[in-house]
Amino acid sequence: MKTNFHIESYCSIKENKVILNGDLIVKIDVKTYSEFIKHAYKAIDIKYPKFFKMDNLSKLAFVAAEVLLGKEPTNENKNIAIVFSNKASSLDTDRMHQETINSPEYYYPSPAIFVYTLPNICMGEISIKHKLLTENSFFIFNHFNAYYLHAYTNSLLQNKKTEKVLCGWINYDGEDYEAFVYLVSQKGYWQHTTEEITRLYTI
Amino acid sequence: MNRVYLSHNSIVSALGFNSPEVVRKIAQEISGISLQNDKELFPEPFYASVVSSEKLEEEFLKLNPKKAYTRLEKMMLLALQPVIETSNVQMDEKVGLIISTTKGNIDVLENKSPFSKERAYLSALGKEIQDFFGFKTEPILLSNACVSGVLAIAVAKRLIQQGIFSDVFIVAGDIVTQFTLSGFSSFQAMSSQPCKPYSKDRDGITLGELSASVLITSNKENLCKEAICVLGDASCNDANHISGPSRTGEGLYRSVSGALQEACLSTRDIDFISAHGTATLFNDEMEAVAFNRLSMQDTPLHSLKGYLGHTLGASGLVETIIGMHSLAQNMLYTSLGLGSMGVSLPLNVITKPEYKNIKTFLKTASGFGGCNTAVIFQKAISC
Repeated sequence: MKTNFHIESYCSIKENKVILNGDLIVKIDVKTYSEFIKHAYKAIDIKYPKFFKMDNLSKLAFVAAEVLLGKEPTNENKNIAIVFSNKASSLDTDRMHQETINSPEYYYPSPAIFVYTLPNICMGEISIKHKLLTENSFFIFNHFNAYYLHAYTNSLLQNKKTEKVLCGWINYDGEDYEAFVYLVSQKGYWQHTTEEITRLYTI
Repeated sequence: MNRVYLSHNSIVSALGFNSPEVVRKIAQEISGISLQNDKELFPEPFYASVVSSEKLEEEFLKLNPKKAYTRLEKMMLLALQPVIETSNVQMDEKVGLIISTTKGNIDVLENKSPFSKERAYLSALGKEIQDFFGFKTEPILLSNACVSGVLAIAVAKRLIQQGIFSDVFIVAGDIVTQFTLSGFSSFQAMSSQPCKPYSKDRDGITLGELSASVLITSNKENLCKEAICVLGDASCNDANHISGPSRTGEGLYRSVSGALQEACLSTRDIDFISAHGTATLFNDEMEAVAFNRLSMQDTPLHSLKGYLGHTLGASGLVETIIGMHSLAQNMLYTSLGLGSMGVSLPLNVITKPEYKNIKTFLKTASGFGGCNTAVIFQKAISC
């Protein structure tokens, strides 16, 4: 379907690198995700102590959103919906919660862990930080699915449910992490088409 | 924009294995919640609405399974089967499958599970359902906390209106597990009695398990007699707290306002509200605030959690299906468990079944992460 929506900006986070609109903005040689994400948080100059309480998935989503929305003025009328997807849902934190209940002798479920056993919590964290009183949807696919994301995002924009959509893939599974997030609106350098989304995701 | 309808439907639950049976019991104010004493699931006795394992096995064998399926997969396959059969929709590239669940096959993470831990991936669950019925399109799994079941309807509507699908089968399900019981209990959110939405003596949620399925279609031919259409929908995050609702009900207020706007209706046009009503102190209070801000305090309202418990990713869908039958039978069903009113602002909670000419209802849901969704439905013959 032909539409006139565009991609304003995009960010990818993987393999110890943060890339904004094709430019490398953070790179560090570390062994673990936790070292990397803490470094990325500092490198993009955010001050938000709640970050350190988040689970791995939310930290990844939070940094990606910060790279794209950090410069936007914060106000309650900002109408940016969030449409995220991944493969592993919140399984990383789910496994942690299951560890706390596996044995009757050592049974210590914690609300601080349990609250993160839903993938959409990361969108809640972003909504709180950027005061986004907007639509959120979290989809699970076996692979990045530009076709469904494109159609759903177009529907939100065409029906004037939102002015912009923060869209993409946020996956955390073991030490495997990958984020590819892009901001769709009326204006922007890249066409909002399935082909272009796929191209930006794979470069 | 083309109208989108909800048609053939099915429920697999503690109250029965088909929609008419479940609705009949709700009309008689019968609850599916009972005291469970299963130390494998939780160290102490607890209330929950659970599906009989014996009945599940017996019914599932009738589908002639060729391999092993998890408890949730069996429930989902059993819910989908009659919907696919009665709708007579042929599987092709225009037929979608949306699966709504919060935790999927989370029980395979338990040490005693005979299934591979890989089955905990929601896409693995999706593949089993897709392959069983031969869907030609990749399933869309929606996992958006407790609004998932009702949001799934909005997602189906949008993808149909975008021309991606002509028909979408939604199946929603969640099960009662060690995982959810221990988690909600650590939050001090579990009720020590069958849950009592909006009641002064409410003290938390009762968990439930079930699966529910509905056909969403743009085709007005072959609709079932209780079919309804979607008039408007909206979702809005509170942007306030990840595990507690907004005290001002802002996200719910905006969701309902947005849905009314899309439907071109005013609050007076809503015949009843099928609310979320989890029976936690904060949720029910937040709803009372939001509905009063909308001047909907006199609109008849119920929560169905007292019948089926809180079924998480399935709750919004099953409650919508019961709403379809409610319209078809012109019946307002009781909100089970109300003692004396226990929210700070007035609400018109339904306390006995009532026959009334009705055609339009509002379904709402709210969940962890601050999410809220509202959808407005009308009898298909009226729209």
